[in-house]
Amino acid sequence: MFGFLRSYVMIAVTVVGGAAAGYSEAQLLSFVWLGQGLLGVLLLWGWNDLADRIRSGDVVMDLLRPQHPVVYFLAADLGRAAYAFLTRFFAPMLVGALCFTLYVPQRWPTYPLGAASIVLGVVISFGCRYLVNAASFWLMDSRGVNLVWLVCSGLLAGLYFPLRFLPEPLLLLIWIGTPMPSMLQAPLDVLVERDGLTGQLAIVGGQIAWAAALIGLCFLVQRRAERKLVVQGG
Amino acid sequence: MSERSEGAPGTRLTPYWELLKAQVRGQASYRASFWLDMVGNFALLGGDLLTVIVLFQVTPSLGGFTRPQVLVMFALGMVAFNVADLAVGNIERIRMYVRTGTLDTVLIRPLGVLSQLLALDFGVRRIGRVLYAVTILVVALVLADVAWTPAKAVLVVVAPIAGAALFGSIFVAASAVAFWWIESGEIAATVTYGGRDFSTYPITVYGQLFRRVFAYGLGFGFVAYYPALVLLELPDPLGLPELTGWASPLVALVAVGLAALVWRTGVRHYRSTGS
Repeated sequence: MFGFLRSYVMIAVTVVGGAAAGYSEAQLLSFVWLGQGLLGVLLLWGWNDLADRIRSGDVVMDLLRPQHPVVYFLAADLGRAAYAFLTRFFAPMLVGALCFTLYVPQRWPTYPLGAASIVLGVVISFGCRYLVNAASFWLMDSRGVNLVWLVCSGLLAGLYFPLRFLPEPLLLLIWIGTPMPSMLQAPLDVLVERDGLTGQLAIVGGQIAWAAALIGLCFLVQRRAERKLVVQGG
Repeated sequence: MSERSEGAPGTRLTPYWELLKAQVRGQASYRASFWLDMVGNFALLGGDLLTVIVLFQVTPSLGGFTRPQVLVMFALGMVAFNVADLAVGNIERIRMYVRTGTLDTVLIRPLGVLSQLLALDFGVRRIGRVLYAVTILVVALVLADVAWTPAKAVLVVVAPIAGAALFGSIFVAASAVAFWWIESGEIAATVTYGGRDFSTYPITVYGQLFRRVFAYGLGFGFVAYYPALVLLELPDPLGLPELTGWASPLVALVAVGLAALVWRTGVRHYRSTGS
């Protein structure tokens, strides 16, 4: 339903000029349906596993495991994403392909780059979700953090509209300054070949930087949190 | 509405009033939470508005309409949806009540089932969203430079109310599916929120089959699009006469009737889960 709504709006956007912000109509339609398919894989919303375990105190059990909690949760999330990819990615693509003319990647390097970009998107999404959840170590009521995450992830990840529709300076600020575009907008741009090969490589490179930074931050936050837990537990 | 209660007309509403007051008091007592929710709702609504504005960054017209014109449609749809959401939006929780058995407690009380459910979870925070949507509507009408007549002044009040009644009917009917099918949340959300998004854009952008189903079949075209055409004095590119803009109360009436029928059948059909 939402895929259809967005598709028709995107078609309407390209009616006058034939293209919009460098996307052809077919590219925009692919953007919409790939976005629908990837939404469940990236899982922007509705992940409270860590926060729930912190609230209930079960998180102590995670600390007793031989693996580091960040590694443990990341592995679980990658498994979840792989399963979601198999079960939830292809149905929207099929519906989109049957009802609209989608854009099919023309260059072979797009496929491995796109796959890498999706995996990196999952890692970045996980990093953000982990940090949002970890706020529960300090805050009794993490609703504020959750709300900020909800608003930013929907708006700045490219779900409501392709971020390329924004004026250039603002776009660069969002893309370089926040991890949000690297979650959804980045793999979508790579897959619909919005840019040349160098552009695609630059996007994936930016994703690697964000993934490394966020996972590093997760380790840091986890260490600080564990110190606090010890103090609290006596 | 009065089939379950007796007594003087003045006292009939007292229990609902007390339920409502208790809800408002309860929700307002967590102050930080309350304000945070208000702010968050604003931001989320702002996202939808921003989307419309950003789309016009890359195109001069959408479905044949300019930005102020589309904003009038957007705002009419928003007001209608948020009024409905304020009044009956929490009916969505019925599937939770059915699953947990809470509905049994509601059924044995000598009050109307629907009105009880609504009063039980009245969302005070949603008032903010209505005010916000009304503000957008006022700004959009000013930007679109509407030439006011008495008839249009009536329409600008009537259309959102009728639209709200239509959305409310959809909310109730879609939620009533929970009586038959306990896990019905996805369907209900798709129809209600999908309808909201549908009605915030000119219906000329949609494909023919899609438009027929949602604009005319479910009536969403009468919420914002046709009333907006009358307010803006624009002819309908799809060829329907101007009178269509005034049809929303009629459409709403039919919808309310159908929703009431579905609801009553549902309540009668209800068997407790026994949990």
